[in-house]
Order: sequence, then C-alpha cells, then structure tokens
Amino acid sequence: MASLKQRALAAYEWLESRLGLIAPLSKAAAHPTPANNSSWWYVFGSAATVLLLLQVVTGILLALVYSPSANEAWASLGVLNHSIALGWYLRALHGWGSDFMIAIVLIHVVQVFLFGAYKFPRELTWMVGVGLLLLTLGMAFTGQVMRFDQDAYWGLGIGASIMSRVPLIGEPLVHLLLGGPIIGGATLSRFFTLHVFVVPGLLLSFAFIHIFMTLKHGVSDWPMPGRIVSKATYEREYHELVVKTGIPFVPDAAWKDAIFAAAIVFAVMACAFFFGPFGPTGTPDPTIIQTVPKPDFAFLWIYALLAFLPASLETPVILIAPVLAIAGMLLLPLFAGEGERHWARRPVAVLMVSVIAVTLGIFTRLGTYTPWSPIMDAWTSAPIPAKYLHNSTPLERQGALVLQDKQCRNCHSLNGVGGQRGPALDEVASHMTEDQIIRQVLQGGGNMPAYGNALSPAETKALMRFLMTLHGDLAPAIDASRVLTHADVTPPAQAMPQPAPKTP
Amino acid sequence: MSEPLEHPAASGEPDIDAATAAAKAVLHTRRAFIFKLSVMLNAAVGAVLAVPLVGYLLGPALKKGSNTGSWIALGGIDDFPVGETRLAEFRSPVANFDDGDTAKVACWVRRISTQQFQVFAINCAHLGCPVRWFAQSKLFLCPCHGGAYYEDGSRASGPPERGLFEYKYRIDGNSLVIHAGDMPTLATEASCKQEPLIQIAPVEFETASAATRSKQWPV
Repeated sequence: MASLKQRALAAYEWLESRLGLIAPLSKAAAHPTPANNSSWWYVFGSAATVLLLLQVVTGILLALVYSPSANEAWASLGVLNHSIALGWYLRALHGWGSDFMIAIVLIHVVQVFLFGAYKFPRELTWMVGVGLLLLTLGMAFTGQVMRFDQDAYWGLGIGASIMSRVPLIGEPLVHLLLGGPIIGGATLSRFFTLHVFVVPGLLLSFAFIHIFMTLKHGVSDWPMPGRIVSKATYEREYHELVVKTGIPFVPDAAWKDAIFAAAIVFAVMACAFFFGPFGPTGTPDPTIIQTVPKPDFAFLWIYALLAFLPASLETPVILIAPVLAIAGMLLLPLFAGEGERHWARRPVAVLMVSVIAVTLGIFTRLGTYTPWSPIMDAWTSAPIPAKYLHNSTPLERQGALVLQDKQCRNCHSLNGVGGQRGPALDEVASHMTEDQIIRQVLQGGGNMPAYGNALSPAETKALMRFLMTLHGDLAPAIDASRVLTHADVTPPAQAMPQPAPKTP
Repeated sequence: MSEPLEHPAASGEPDIDAATAAAKAVLHTRRAFIFKLSVMLNAAVGAVLAVPLVGYLLGPALKKGSNTGSWIALGGIDDFPVGETRLAEFRSPVANFDDGDTAKVACWVRRISTQQFQVFAINCAHLGCPVRWFAQSKLFLCPCHGGAYYEDGSRASGPPERGLFEYKYRIDGNSLVIHAGDMPTLATEASCKQEPLIQIAPVEFETASAATRSKQWPV
C-alpha cells in the first residue's frame, strides 16, 4: 500500500508528464536574479499585475448583473448597489481597484524611467509597457462610460466633441465613436465591447508579453552611477552579476512583491469598504441640464487643461500633443538605449519627471474645484454681504440688487462667495474708475461677456455706484484727467493722484 | 520534459555543406511549394472575409450625417412667448429602440417675434456640455469650462471658438418644427443639408414660411 505522499507524487507525475507546464514554470519562477534588485522599489510591476487580475475577477462578477443597455444600465447599477447582496462592495472594489491600478502603473512607469530600466536590452519591454499604460487608461475611460450616468453621458459628449475636431474625417470618427448619430444604446454597446472584450484582451496579451520579456532579459539590476549600459557589454555584465550574486527570484526576491501586493489589495478592500462605490450620479437623461459634468479622477487634469487652452490653440493641441507624447514615450528607448542608468547622472530625466508630476498634480487639483466654471446658482444662493451695504445710499443698494439679479455672482465673488471665473469684486473700485467699470460692464472684454444689452442705463448707473463703494481700505480710483477738465469739481481730499487710465 | 519536440533533421550537427544543401532542398520541395500556395489561398480567403467585417465595423462611420435626421415638432408656437428663451424637449428622430433616456434631446427656443425663432442646441460648441440660459443677464453659460454665449447664440467669452449650434426650423400652422439628427458637434452641426421631403412638409408650411427670417428653411 503506497503512502499518501507517494500517491501524491504519482499523481503529480501523471499530470506533469501530460501537461508539461509545471516544471518549466517553476523553473522560470525560481530563475536567478541579481541580489541587488531584491528591493522595495521593484514591487510595482507585480502589484499592477495582481490588480489587473483583481479587476478581471470583480469585472466578471459585476457582468453577472450589469445590463449593458442604455435602457437598463443605470437601473442595474441601482440593483447592484441596493438589491444584490454585496453588490455595492463589488462595485466599490472594481472602482477603487481601477484607481489603484492607474496609480500603481504610473508609479511603475516613473520608477522604470528613473532607474533607466528601459535601456538595452529592455527597449521593447518598455514599449509594450507604454501600450499597457494606454490600455489601462482606456479601461478607465470606458469603465466610466459603463456607469452610464450623467457624467458618463456628457463625458461621451466631450469625447465626441474632441473627435469632431479632427480635420476631414471628424464626422465619420464621431459616428464611429458613438455607433450612430447620437449618444445612445449603440454607444453603450460598443463601449461595453471595448471595456469587456477588446481592451482586456489586449491588456492581458500585452501583460503576458511584458512579463515574458522580463523573464527573458531578467529584472534590471540596481543602477549604479558610472555603470554605463553598452550594447556590446551589458548582457555579459548582467550575466556575470547573476552568476556572482544571483538569488532565486522565488522565494528570495519575490516575498517583497507578495507582501506589497497583499498590502495593495488590502488597501483596495479598505477603500471599497469604507468609501463605497462611485456613483452613479443622475440618470443619463440629457434633458436634465442642472448638471455639472466631471470626469473621473484620472482624467481631471485633461478636463482642466481644456479650460485653459486658448480657442485658437485648442484643436491643434488636442490633436497633436497626445500623438507627440505617445510617440516620445515609445521612441524613448531607441534614442536613449545606452548610457547612464542612475538618476543622479540623468538630471534631465529627473527634471522631466518632476515637471510632469507637478503639472499633472496642479491640473488635477484645479480640476477638483474648477475655478473657471461659473457657479450656476450663486446669484440665488449667495447674498450680498451685509457689511458692504452699511451706510449705503438707496442708489447703491439698488446697484447691489442689480449685481444680484444680473447673476454677476455666478462669475464674481464677494467676501469669498461666488464664482471664480472673473476677479473678486470686494475691492474693485480701488483699481478701476467709474468709467472703466462702466466700459467693462457694457462692452465686456478679457473673459467677460458684454452686458450692454442686458442692462438699462439706470441699472448700469446703480451697479456702478454700488461697485464704487467696494474699495477696501484704499481710496476709490479716480480719473485724474477728468478732474483737470472739470476744474469746478474738487477731487476727493483723501484720493491719491492716479495715473491717467487709457481712454476706452 | 520542458524542451519542445523538434524535427529529427534539426537535431544533431551534420557538416555545414550538407546542412545548407538540405535546407535549400527543403525550401524547394513540392510540399513546400504547396504550403506556400496554401498560405496565399488563406490570404485571399482572409481578404474576402475581412472586407464585409470591416464594412460592418465602419458602418456607422460610412453613413453620411447630413442624410440622417428629420423634421420634428417641438410643440405649439404659443408655448414660446415672444421675447423669451425656453427649454424644449423632443425625442430624437434618429433614436433606436434601445436608447432609453438618452433618446431625449433638449434645446433652447428663443422667440424673437411672432414668426421669428432661434432654436439652439443644448450642446456647448466647445466640448458639448449642456449650456444653461440665464434670462436676467441674457447669457447662456456652460458649466464645464465656462463658455458664455449671448442671447442670439453668438460667442460671448470662454473657450468656445464659435456660437451655439442652431437647428433649422419652420412653422407648420401653429407648431414649431425643427430638423434634428446628429448630436451637434463641430463636425456634425445641428443643421441638416438635406432638402425637406415633400411628404413630411405639410401644405401650411408654404404659407407660414413667407414672413419668417432667413434662418427658416427656404421654400
């Protein structure tokens, strides 16, 4: 009677003699890797892979309930959130998993870039990695559409509007994106196909190739200042390093990957549990216009960028900048495939990462509070601060009413409340004269529409009188030339002489 | 076990001349020739297969937008007081059975005089967000990036490079009718280039249209 152990061994041998995969995979897992790359800096790629698998599993589970039809998608999210046991948690895991995956993939890209790990012989690994980054972002965008709420609807509108800017083939591109003339069932169906079949298929294949190449070339050794990558010698040097200092990847190096991956998955679980799923916001009914559409976190910086581009530059920048950026990333290892790897010897690389990170950070931050957007209800919800009405004349009070009624507060703040599209008006009279205020109000200019058609002369006068009371601690601005021409009018005693403003 | 099976000829190390001669011979056998032929056959079959597949994929793109859409009633003209701008809704004439709420479309109707209208798309000319009308300041404002338009739809300020998109309209008896199809974007503007079909242009149209402004569909 064979012992249990012998039986198990026999079973393994039966399986492996037919399958033939276990031994080579175990061998690959235990491949020797230079001891110096067993580091906490080398754990992001494996964590991204683990998150990808988490997304696949949670995505499949969500697809059991989700209905990819414009009629039902939004309602099926409600069912997931409220009627299916733990449906909310699965949605939260998938949503937070997506955010974490983007973050980890970005950190991985930055780490590989700063460590010069994209250089020979890993150029193609980097290029496939660029594809993985784009596919990850593609998953995030198509995933936002799956939510099929107001943000998804208007996000698609923004996508279509961007497509429509392509010269000559703008119209067919819009129709191709939307699957028809309008955003509707066909649009959701094709984004579902992209999100569930096309992009994940590519993502998994690319990830497989990426990992395969990582095994083929070995994980890059820890960069040292002065250790130059040269196509002639690198592979021999790497091989020597492996022979001299090699440790088996599993288990000697992989335990850090495993611990980090577990920590990340735990963090996703914690965020999902404590913060819950994202949305959905209102139904995708385009006749509900009381909405302030906003993209998901990963795309806020683009949303902000689109607010700041001048109209004349917008189309060229939207169409050309992404092509240049992607081409630059793809071609990077071909132009910088050799040389120094250590960040201390690559100041331009460090500078680039810093500038890009700060830029993305600032734009994302701006995207969270959109100072360029009018606050649509400020005119009804933000009263004129009482302190600005003390000792005011009836005409000035009438002006305050005009300011409120004409919805000036949507773009201009008083006492910190109101829109930030235009300048705050708290001290406007300290730097603008009566004439300048009237001209600006009636004719507009800068970023301000002209109100000439919306204001009667009486309203304009009252508004100007009220605004002239807002001069903070300074004296109101005066037009010195006017004082000279009207010699009989004595200038206010406290007023400082001002340089003559340009006549409008 | 890990080594994949190899052709017997490939293993071992025979002398080089014999190897190259054998390799050349292998490339010129009848089997090799037929194999090449079969590859070409598959390429041809693949091409024939691919044409309709690509055609299916590009189907929505090949349909000319100017041909989509039709005239659709927004309601009686009395619903729109002279001098005011009001939100109107309709169900897109190009909607499909599965479009749900997204088949609904909103637009801003400005009645200039008894016979003169302007019907604006809800979509900002910048990136398509829904603009809102502010009657007191007589402006359309966009919540996304702060685009602003005057009451006649012309650009006032902000990132849009043009005014609001306008639907073509006409007055059929007592009802306001617009032509709607594509979602308005810079490439697929709201106004159609298509001639109105006789069967959907009622007789009243001829009489009513005479006194309207140029934006109205010319007879």
